[in-house]
Amino acid sequence: MSDRTLRGKTAIVGVGETTYYKHGQSPDPEFVLVLKAILAACEDAGIDAKEIDGFASYSNDRNEPTRIAAALGINDLRYSNMNWGGGGGGVAAAVGNAAAAVAVGLADCVVAFRGLAQGQFQRFGKAPPVTAVSGDPAYMSPYGVMSPLQKYAMRAMRFMHENKVDHSVLRAISMASYTHAQNNPRAVMYGRPLSEEKYDDSRWIAEPCRLFDCCQENDGAAAVIIVSAEKAKDMKQKPAYILGAAQGSDHRCGAPVMNASNFPSSSFASLAPRLYEMAGVGPKDVDVVQSYENFTIGVMMAVVEHGFCEPEECNEFFQLENLTAPGGKMPLNTSGGNLAECYMHGLGLQIEAVRQIRGDSPNQVPGADVALSIAGPMVHHVSTDILGSEATL
Amino acid sequence: MSETYLPEGLPAPVPMNDGLDKPYWDALLDGKIMVQRCADCGTWQWGPEWICHNCNSFNMEWTEVTGEGTIYSWERPWHPVHGALKDHGPYIVVLVELPDAGNVRMIGNLLGDPAQEVTIGAKVKAVIERHDGDQPYALVQWQVAD
Ligand SMILES: [Zn+2]
Repeated sequence: MSDRTLRGKTAIVGVGETTYYKHGQSPDPEFVLVLKAILAACEDAGIDAKEIDGFASYSNDRNEPTRIAAALGINDLRYSNMNWGGGGGGVAAAVGNAAAAVAVGLADCVVAFRGLAQGQFQRFGKAPPVTAVSGDPAYMSPYGVMSPLQKYAMRAMRFMHENKVDHSVLRAISMASYTHAQNNPRAVMYGRPLSEEKYDDSRWIAEPCRLFDCCQENDGAAAVIIVSAEKAKDMKQKPAYILGAAQGSDHRCGAPVMNASNFPSSSFASLAPRLYEMAGVGPKDVDVVQSYENFTIGVMMAVVEHGFCEPEECNEFFQLENLTAPGGKMPLNTSGGNLAECYMHGLGLQIEAVRQIRGDSPNQVPGADVALSIAGPMVHHVSTDILGSEATL
Repeated sequence: MSETYLPEGLPAPVPMNDGLDKPYWDALLDGKIMVQRCADCGTWQWGPEWICHNCNSFNMEWTEVTGEGTIYSWERPWHPVHGALKDHGPYIVVLVELPDAGNVRMIGNLLGDPAQEVTIGAKVKAVIERHDGDQPYALVQWQVAD
């Protein structure tokens, strides 16, 4: 059994991001954004783009590996992988799939990437322009349940009811992102801090969520490069070793019409134990957490399901001082996250986890050796991974 | 006061093109609410599926339910994400468990004042809302039971 693990076998050695634009405002087409992010990651890793021999992505990314490989002049494309499922649930799965391919020798240098230019394509937060719906949407759209938030709000409403959770929990999660963004000049919300009053005065989008509980939508692209641990040792950057990765969801999570067995959940209940087992660490060992905030409600449940507090302890645990770097118990979304840095479908959070391991974050947690990244809480196929410094091997 | 809870113009439901849920939509127009029950093991199931998730039998039967339920969760959308809801204001969506059908859950709107307080655990009763037009269909809405 001992070799059936990803622990320490691969590392992220390069990260790349384009400029992040407000949705619809990218001057470049989506494909160009993807190429720019991949080239930036190669530059960061100190490799030629022609060394890439595999691609992994998620959420039905429109930019196919064959097209990218042809454009970059890659000699031998050895691995292509798409993680099913919409939303940002596949970020850590793409990284995990890339790592698995490298670990078993299917490929040597795999890039996990995501590109989004929503001006060129449809926005997420808007109902698609259709007059008739069938399948699951037929049981939701006619009742006004169309956007991602509308589809997931009831999971959180039930969770908050069962565990007597106050809205202050959601506010603290939102404020942690905005607080960190004030130290990150790249963040879209840099220079635009959020106060408790401003949060409380903001309009409801769908109860239990206010405006500041919801992520932005941005255009841009991001990429991370994964190679074997042996190769990583001699490369330009300090490696961020992949200690563990997990993907999926628990019993009937994707059952139609909101009939998941474990409904008041962010879908991580069965993943987190698997993740920790592979990584050989527990929540107490985690120095810093990046959790995809489509909405703060998902972060709340994901943090609970990753074992940082009991469900009934949310009100005490989710205090701004616990969630901010450098001194908080569980520094959260230290770049500003999806809410305040950029919504790059979560890959930006993975890059921030790498920065923490390298010691390069704008909100560095001193001596961060173990970084957890949680992808796409509440969607029906989620993923999560843990990166570690060399000291954790 | 319109006859439907939400304004006309939202996407209309049509049966799946593989025929799976046509009996549900047809029955609603006849004033009956049906969900699936496995003829082999008795498991209740919703939404519609080809196979029983418990025993993997394909022998799913459409079974009428009483329309008595309990609010399991809810939300109140304010921000309109569809043109038909522009300037409409908030509305309530409830997720209702059916205790007499294995606690399967159905989605609907909670009729009445959109500003009303919603209580998880409250008893509700189904109300069939007809949309008569070129392609008639019906929805299941919910009303707090006395
Ligand atoms: Zn059965």
